[in-house]
Amino acid sequence: MVGHLLWRGMLAGFLAACLAALFALAFAEPQVDLSIARETAHAAHAGMPAGEEIFSRATQKGAGLFTAMALYGAAVGGIFALIFAYAHGRVGRRGEPLESRPLALMLAAMAFVVVALVPALKYPPTPPAVGLHETVAFRTVAFFGMTGLSLLAAVAGGWIRRRLLPRVDEFDALVGGMLGYAVIVAAGQMLLPAIDEVPADFPATLLWRFRLAALGSQSVLWLALGLIFGWLAARRLHMHRA
Amino acid sequence: MATRTTFNDVILAPGDTGAIPLAEIVPWALLALLLATICLYFVSTEQGAVSLFDGMAVHEFVHDGRHLLGFPCH
Repeated sequence: MVGHLLWRGMLAGFLAACLAALFALAFAEPQVDLSIARETAHAAHAGMPAGEEIFSRATQKGAGLFTAMALYGAAVGGIFALIFAYAHGRVGRRGEPLESRPLALMLAAMAFVVVALVPALKYPPTPPAVGLHETVAFRTVAFFGMTGLSLLAAVAGGWIRRRLLPRVDEFDALVGGMLGYAVIVAAGQMLLPAIDEVPADFPATLLWRFRLAALGSQSVLWLALGLIFGWLAARRLHMHRA
Repeated sequence: MATRTTFNDVILAPGDTGAIPLAEIVPWALLALLLATICLYFVSTEQGAVSLFDGMAVHEFVHDGRHLLGFPCH
């Protein structure tokens, strides 16, 4: 059963990523193009000579964007399916386990917050032409550190919720778990180093639109993953038990 | 002769909510993590902070996705 769920998760992630890539093509790529136009105009961007173009912009926005999104979608979809496999029949309300489709959608919404939104609050996505080439290793470690902390905090939140369950009602236990998550994440975000490499003359509206579109693509990906996987999983689980 | 073919995929059976034993999940979880790590590494980090292959082809190909998914690109 778990294997069936795993490949359905990867398929759902792939399909969701294609939708997210379409969204990104429409809403985010115009901002990427504007950023690159600025970068070219400003010429000599450290270590990246403008003359050596390996792939055209058309390839980067087309095959490149879809490949990157699809790999990401299939990867997170696979992990998502495993988390679903664990939560299925274990997570519920008033002693009744949640059905597959609401469970998948709820897990996807949580994953969006934990994996995409919260790390982006500390280290928001940046368009090309923002960020110093020399600090990429440091920024990568900081970003993965933040994402890891958010995941650990979510596990801690789930643990707090479960510890509270025998003592308080379900809703209060859930609030307690979410508070625990929020406190850990807030403390972590205060302690992790600040990174601000946006050039002083970079247009604020362009930066805002890029970041909004990037988060929009992520929300499309997770929402579609939750809905598509929920549908596939419900069909499979039903077939198995009928 | 009546053929009894029913398609009731969309309707959830009450039995839809049985838990899967942890021992059955763990080996698949390891496989999923391994596959995901390889995929995510190439999307997020290769030829950025760390390079397994020379050149910038991987970096340039996944460039837009890397920026949009929030990974530090360059």
